[in-house]
Amino acid sequence: MSTWSPSASRDALMARQQMYRSIREFFYTRSVLEVETPLLSQAPVADPNITPMQAGQRWLHTSPEYAMKRLLCAGYGDIYQICKVFREGEAGKRHNPEFSMLEWYRVGWTHQQLMEEVAQLLQMLLAERFSTLPTLHLSYAQALQSYAQLDVHHCGDQVIARHGQALANADLDLDRDGWLDVIMSHQVEPALPHNTLIFIDQFPASQAALAKLANNEQGVLIAQRFEVFFNGMELANGYQELTDAQQQLQRFKHELQGTQRSHDALLIAALEHGLPDCAGVALGLDRVLLHLLDAQSIAQVLSFEWQRA
Amino acid sequence: MANYSSNEFKPGLRVMVDNEPCIMIDIEFVKPGKGQAFSRVKLRSIRTQRVWERTFKSGESLESADIVERDMEYLYSDAEFWYFMATDGSFEQLGASSEAVGETIKWLKEQVVYEVTLYNDAVVSVTPPNFVELEVVETDPGLKGDTAQGGSKPATLSTGAVVRVPLFIVEGEKLKIDTRSGEYVSRA
Repeated sequence: MSTWSPSASRDALMARQQMYRSIREFFYTRSVLEVETPLLSQAPVADPNITPMQAGQRWLHTSPEYAMKRLLCAGYGDIYQICKVFREGEAGKRHNPEFSMLEWYRVGWTHQQLMEEVAQLLQMLLAERFSTLPTLHLSYAQALQSYAQLDVHHCGDQVIARHGQALANADLDLDRDGWLDVIMSHQVEPALPHNTLIFIDQFPASQAALAKLANNEQGVLIAQRFEVFFNGMELANGYQELTDAQQQLQRFKHELQGTQRSHDALLIAALEHGLPDCAGVALGLDRVLLHLLDAQSIAQVLSFEWQRA
Repeated sequence: MANYSSNEFKPGLRVMVDNEPCIMIDIEFVKPGKGQAFSRVKLRSIRTQRVWERTFKSGESLESADIVERDMEYLYSDAEFWYFMATDGSFEQLGASSEAVGETIKWLKEQVVYEVTLYNDAVVSVTPPNFVELEVVETDPGLKGDTAQGGSKPATLSTGAVVRVPLFIVEGEKLKIDTRSGEYVSRA
């Protein structure tokens, strides 16, 4: 199966070069600073659903989030980064364990403002194949109501679990959020309208990750977090960033319960110093390229996919 | 028995799922960015040939299934079993139940080689070659100019299968049939 030859055509590599050039111009004209942060850090990611890889005594980053936030805390202003990130075990038609990410932060912005900028960037990057690209905004609850007929903020764990079991054809021993992941990935994502940039926000508070919590118009506590979907695939994940050091520490401790991993004390120290109000987003660049080139698998946009690396 | 973890799942893998021996056809790795990782697997149950989908959590593992495919020549039937002989020089003979033979009974002909699937050494399914040559035992004489039926008519073959054939085909002729579609291809 393994072969020496590249998995991407030369044209695909040229498209990547063009895409990176466009991204750099986009941010240069907007005075967003390009930064590089370490790939190898002393503390691993805390997210229980992401498995980091270890290299020697260090951890390969799974996103540049922690280090970039420390730059924000130091007062470096709007920043972006294009880098490789590493996630153990994530291999498939639309996943590669080593992949390219664009992450950026806007100081003083709301996540609604950032969603607009994400749409502008994606419309520009995909313009060659999609000359017009409409956007559609849905809350998490609206998406589940429309595509899975579930009233997510008011239905019990049992209802969610039974719905998920039917989709999975199995009882997988998952918690509520686990079953919601099944429903999102098996039913909602595939049903979203195509050729449209879909922004889903107002996630359940239990799926906040590093986003701020707030009450929505209906008085439901939600996470100020958004995801971008395009043609059945997740492209980006963004937050109104949590700035409270104590809350962040609580979430780290909760996430790392029962693991051997320790939390990133340097990030907590930086947050104690003070993170300005900001919004941030991470975008999977290989998938953007996949859509631009109408590729069937992520391997076709990587010079050497995982099995050939 | 070996165990396969979800990161080893790949098409062609033979595994036990809910006590059913299955072959994996396709695997899709699914992971919401901040959520649980899953493998959505398309499986074919080798007893029933039913194709179905099931989702596994990342890290789940499955027991391997002792499924073997062998090329075997059809010999004869005693009405209870259909007997096949290995073509690997061992001359080993195995009987298949009507359940295992299934739809393939329509295409069974002596001395033709079939793919016989064994689970724990018992025959569970028999797959015909893509094309078989069978004789017409019964068909109406074709009427010239009768195109109301799209220029075809039914013909019963030596195995009992009924296929649609061109009007010019007569009894006693040998025909090449595509077993996947059950359609006439040509005169043999």
